[in-house]
Amino acid sequence: GVCAYVRTLLFLYLSRPEIWVDSRTIYIGHKEPPPGAEAYIPQRFPDNRIVSSKYTFWNFIPKNLFEQFRRIANFYFLVIFLVQLIIDTPTSPVTSGLPLFFVITVTAIKQGYEDWLRHKADCSINECPVDVVQRGKVVRTQSHKLRVGDIVMVREDETFPCDLILLSSSRPDGTCYVTTASLDGESSHKTYYAVPDTMAFRTEQEVDSLHATIECEQPQPDLYKFVGRINIYKDREEPVARTLGAENLLLRGATLKNTQYIYGTVAVYTGMETKMALNYQSKSQKRSAVEKSMNAFLIVYLFILISKAVINTVLKYAWQWSPDRDEPWYNHRTENERQRHVVIRAFTDFLAFMVLFNYIIPVSMYVTVEMQKFLGSYFITWDEEMFDDELGEGAQVNTSDLNEELGQVEYVFTDKTGTLTENNMEFIECCVDGNVYIPHAICNGQILSAASSIDMIDSSPGGYRREHEDLFFRALCLCHTVQVKEEETVDGIKRGIHQGRPTSFYISSSPDEVALVEGMKRLGYTYLRLKDSYMEILNKDDEIERFQLLHVLNFDSVRRRMSVIVKSSSGDYLLFCKGADSSIFPRVVSGKVEQVRARVEQNAVEGLRTLCVAYKKLSESEYQEACHHLTEAKLALQDREQRLAHAYDIIEREFVLLGATAVEDRLQEKAADTIESLHKAGMKVWVLTGDKMETAAATCYASKLFRRSTQILELTKKRTEEQSLHDVLFELNRTVIRQRSMSGLSVDCLDFGLIIDGATLSAVLKPNQEGAGNGNYREIFLEICRNCSAVLCCRMAPLQKAQIVKLIKASKEHPITLAIGDGANDVSMILEAHVGIGIMGKEGRQAARNSDYAIPKFKHLKKILLVHGHYYYIRIAELVQYFFYKNVCFIFPQFLYQFFCGFSQQPLYDTAYLTLYNISFTSLPILLYSLVEQHVSMETLKREPTLYRDIAKNSLLRWPVFLYWTCLGVFDAVIFFFGAYFLFDNTTFTSNGQMFGNWTFGTLVFTVLVFTVTLKLALDTHHWTWINHFFIWGSLLFYVIFSLLWGGIIWPFLNYQRMYYVFMQMLSSGPAWLSIILLITVSLLPDVIKKVLCRSMCPTATERAQVGVGETADFTFQPLYDPIDE
Amino acid sequence: MMASSYNAKEEDGPHSGTPGLGGAAVTKSKKPDNTAFKQQRLVAWQPILTAGTVLPAFFVIGIFFIPIGIALFVTSNNIKEFEIDYTGVDADSPCYSCAKDFSWNSTTSCTCSVDFKLEQPFESNVFMYYGLSNFYQNHRRYVKSRDDSQLYGDLSALTNPSKECEPYRTSNGLPIAPCGAIANSLFNDTLELYYVDSNGTRKEIPLVKKGIAWWTDKHVKFRNPGGNDNLTVSFEGNSKPVNWRKAVYELDPTDSENNGFINEDFIVWMRTAALPTFRKLYRIIQKKSSNTATLPSGNYVLEITYNYPVLSFDGRKRMILSTISWMGGKNPFLGIAYLTVGSICFFLGVVLLIIHHKYDTRNTSADIPS
Repeated sequence: GVCAYVRTLLFLYLSRPEIWVDSRTIYIGHKEPPPGAEAYIPQRFPDNRIVSSKYTFWNFIPKNLFEQFRRIANFYFLVIFLVQLIIDTPTSPVTSGLPLFFVITVTAIKQGYEDWLRHKADCSINECPVDVVQRGKVVRTQSHKLRVGDIVMVREDETFPCDLILLSSSRPDGTCYVTTASLDGESSHKTYYAVPDTMAFRTEQEVDSLHATIECEQPQPDLYKFVGRINIYKDREEPVARTLGAENLLLRGATLKNTQYIYGTVAVYTGMETKMALNYQSKSQKRSAVEKSMNAFLIVYLFILISKAVINTVLKYAWQWSPDRDEPWYNHRTENERQRHVVIRAFTDFLAFMVLFNYIIPVSMYVTVEMQKFLGSYFITWDEEMFDDELGEGAQVNTSDLNEELGQVEYVFTDKTGTLTENNMEFIECCVDGNVYIPHAICNGQILSAASSIDMIDSSPGGYRREHEDLFFRALCLCHTVQVKEEETVDGIKRGIHQGRPTSFYISSSPDEVALVEGMKRLGYTYLRLKDSYMEILNKDDEIERFQLLHVLNFDSVRRRMSVIVKSSSGDYLLFCKGADSSIFPRVVSGKVEQVRARVEQNAVEGLRTLCVAYKKLSESEYQEACHHLTEAKLALQDREQRLAHAYDIIEREFVLLGATAVEDRLQEKAADTIESLHKAGMKVWVLTGDKMETAAATCYASKLFRRSTQILELTKKRTEEQSLHDVLFELNRTVIRQRSMSGLSVDCLDFGLIIDGATLSAVLKPNQEGAGNGNYREIFLEICRNCSAVLCCRMAPLQKAQIVKLIKASKEHPITLAIGDGANDVSMILEAHVGIGIMGKEGRQAARNSDYAIPKFKHLKKILLVHGHYYYIRIAELVQYFFYKNVCFIFPQFLYQFFCGFSQQPLYDTAYLTLYNISFTSLPILLYSLVEQHVSMETLKREPTLYRDIAKNSLLRWPVFLYWTCLGVFDAVIFFFGAYFLFDNTTFTSNGQMFGNWTFGTLVFTVLVFTVTLKLALDTHHWTWINHFFIWGSLLFYVIFSLLWGGIIWPFLNYQRMYYVFMQMLSSGPAWLSIILLITVSLLPDVIKKVLCRSMCPTATERAQVGVGETADFTFQPLYDPIDE
Repeated sequence: MMASSYNAKEEDGPHSGTPGLGGAAVTKSKKPDNTAFKQQRLVAWQPILTAGTVLPAFFVIGIFFIPIGIALFVTSNNIKEFEIDYTGVDADSPCYSCAKDFSWNSTTSCTCSVDFKLEQPFESNVFMYYGLSNFYQNHRRYVKSRDDSQLYGDLSALTNPSKECEPYRTSNGLPIAPCGAIANSLFNDTLELYYVDSNGTRKEIPLVKKGIAWWTDKHVKFRNPGGNDNLTVSFEGNSKPVNWRKAVYELDPTDSENNGFINEDFIVWMRTAALPTFRKLYRIIQKKSSNTATLPSGNYVLEITYNYPVLSFDGRKRMILSTISWMGGKNPFLGIAYLTVGSICFFLGVVLLIIHHKYDTRNTSADIPS
């Protein structure tokens, strides 16, 4: 689907200059506008068919093959296969064709199956029934038949079939409630509004009589943005234009709730142009460090392969310079061959050598790696410890490509709210003009007697104060976007009647708001509901106050505040605003700023989240002016965002400060423990938050990110205002370097914590600073960061979070970064980091959806990194190294054999062995190893996070290690080949004097090879479960049985019978057995010695931990002979 | 990559109006199973290769390998082997003229005889080999130049041999049987062995020509087309290989069980050697009685019918006489290798013991505080 979609988009994008228009016009009910109004240009829109499938029945094979061969590895094998088909090569095309065919078929079947599932899902979606209003009647049709302009009727609990503009709803106020849980994970009910001119429509006929057009922007994926305009034509009058925004647009995938039915038009986008479909774009592919090393190794091997082929070709022509060697009397060429030009012959020989040695880059490695990643990722989803009962969900794997990257993380960037902290807000106190109010009884949802719940510190009831107090509480009751949800109805009976009042709970996308409104409830001011644009409040005296809600100036992260304009029952226009202190104080003209500021700062230090509340009284004319600004901005089709921001800026001015609130955000369970473990594991933890410095720092202390001993370095706006940025940076740098040189070797004794805020950060990152020496603070900043164990970045905009991640990623060590967050504001950094982890939090599912892995809680990070990441890394590292090793072992003897067969490309092994070596004889043990290996027990990994340092910086895939494995492979290959060579050299092998031929020679080498390579893996296995036993011994047994069978029959379909009885004859010879045992022993010996020596001389922490475990675990191999302990 | 596409799928799926009430049942099934496999807690044996655990293994290998090595070495040393090069490279060698004057077209065969002396008697059965050097039987072009179907007695392959046999596929328009380079270059020297008495009389030593090929080759893999009788008729439509002096049905006219494709000399030749210097079993000299040596020490004469040219490619021909033990022919390599590896393992065992003593105590003591 994605692919098809991307192509469509691309097409649209490319063809933009000609046919692309910024807006589209939709004719509701396909009615032409009245003549003269505007030209009727019927635009063509796609139908409402959702196509997430990639292939159709007809194009599956060509398209799938094309896609598969676009992968460089598959293409390489295809080329080899074609070379084998075209020229006369030593091995039959089957040897590379069969594995390739196998791989391609398996992949094709998998993709085909997935696509079939998609087809099925598409079908069920496309064919699901939809009610459409046609000619005044409701007609039932299928979803995919919907066209842009159709009028659709949706009933309660139905999902919207496409993006709709709400015309009218069964609710009299023209609203409807919608849950977008399946789109962005927010389970709260959002209110959508009907177009005011049509909201009165109640019947199909009425709706059908509507004559209107809608102009709106072209499809774009932002779920929360929509700009459009509806023109309603009424009897030859000028059309009435109404602005349409995101609050009018019902998105496909969302579900209608608490509303009987609605009429909407298929106004905007259908099929693949719906916002839902647009949001299922593939993210950019992330590649793991292991994959990069693998590709580097591959290039080395490709180089080795080519040089082998070149060497052999050159030697061949040098060797056969004399014609008696080239063509001795017993071995003539055919006439055809003789006539070929020598250059062509040489080239053909080069290709033939390439084909002969091509197994050094095995096709099966890719398959095995892919299978390992795919199957291995199930262990994450299956992990019970990462299952959260409360949420009812376990960890999710969105991409299995990065499993091993979890074991390589060096920097952890974490969001604070909802990630480190619970995002379970609790109202702690509020302060009005410096007087503090604390609701002391904390009873969730229970309403206490209003009078007793207010603890007034200063109880002198001055008129001025009283007025502010009233305004403050009303401000908090009115200035929010909270919805009231009444108890679900069961069996038609409203159960919500409780103590004479309906019990209800508040829902909002911001938990702070809920906490505030609930806090107000405890202080005696209950927000009841929003009804017909009147907000109802139950005040302390149990009176209902009604305010007409005129405008909501929504919250955004740039302004960091929100406002409402209401009209009180006395007819006053009031603007209430609440927001971050930094965004409120500059706009305040009166009020007890100093007292409030002091209180806010005090609360912030204690780790509380603070908000300031202010108000402004508007005169009639001021209100009209504000109205004018807002409607103008809202009606704009272009740059609406900017215009709105500008309008808000004009309106939100000259406030009177009322007070501040404090809400506590509790730390997540085991957050401190997790951070400590990450620190011990050598990771640097950075907290990136939009919160203010004091609050964030408090959280950092609470979560042990900063410890008492941590020396805090501040790089904040406050400081840079006093000194220049340049001086501050250099001073900090000097401090860090001095301390480091003083502390000398013991780095642990002093650690630094850095606090930087968004403003300073952008100053630091700004390119081309003037007067900054070389004009780049970046390096100095990075240098400071490198020496800090913890960094706190506060006041971060979402994009800045990504910038930080990018900065670290691009620094000269190229560390592996991990970003973890739970909210939409973390998505950018989650996408930017090497590994993005989403927390299935309260702020919706966006982070989890865009992440590579999603976990329920922050504490699960410990297990996913320290245990799963560690395991995956050692598993895949072994897998990659082992694959190269076993193919060196496999191919190098063939290379050596060329020196003894006149460089004639004679293969050492039989075709069946060549083909099956990587497919079946040696593939399963390593795959299973790479799925179940545990070199250290899970408990040890969790208990000792320092073990994570052992695998840091891709340590198992560095060049020395790779070289060691390759050398080991070459050594083993030399042992195999020359071992067999000296045994075969001019002597008899059997007790009846009969001689063996070249195929027995090859089979002997091959048998030693298969056993050695499998036993090498057995030596590396630290965790022998029945699975390992089964597959290791099973594949050896399979080899033996296969060989017996392969040589046991005259195969009628083969044109050669060279393997007939070869294996059995070999086994009937005593020296063959003895030499097999000898050669296996010799091949394995160096590796065992290396292992033992390394372990004894300089054991790594992991190796010590293994031994430590060995003394306690039940199933451990106890040393048989241990004179020291006795 | 795979996982992502699946997850995307789940979210794409029809959310067609399932109210939240069913949620509890769904979440229950989401909980992962607490099985040992899924939780990666399978019962496992966790061996660790430490000096302590490997030590015994090294000693065991040493203890096993050294006796085996000694046994192999002694056995190999007890095997009697005699080898003589009769190529005739040097002017003073008996076959010099045969070698020099070789011509493919000569109708008369050149014979020469080589005298040699066995210093020690050969007690048990003696196996007579011919050996060729610098002969690339393992050259790819050569190895594949055969038709196993034809040799299996397949009639269609007889009249239409495999393309692989080119350029030895047809001759004078007739398909060659047996086709291919291997068959074409069949070794066709005849070797005869005479014992020379102390009084100078020659006594021919009986050479057994059966039992030199693999049983399975002779009885299964190689078959004459249309049975072993009337080979002349069976091969009527075929031409003999170009370098052969006689047709395939004339290889051993005296014995129909050893003629045609199932001629053992032919079968032995058809099993291509692994290396350019090789030997092939030619004849067996069976021990006649327990009290006399098969080949007593003394003087012998090897009579050679010199048909096979090797000088053109700088090759050598040898005749080898060898006794055989349970471990085959003379091969000191295996015994020496076993002895060496056994000793190395033993030595390593000692080294490891020292290392183990030195380091592991240090490590364990260092570990205790942590």
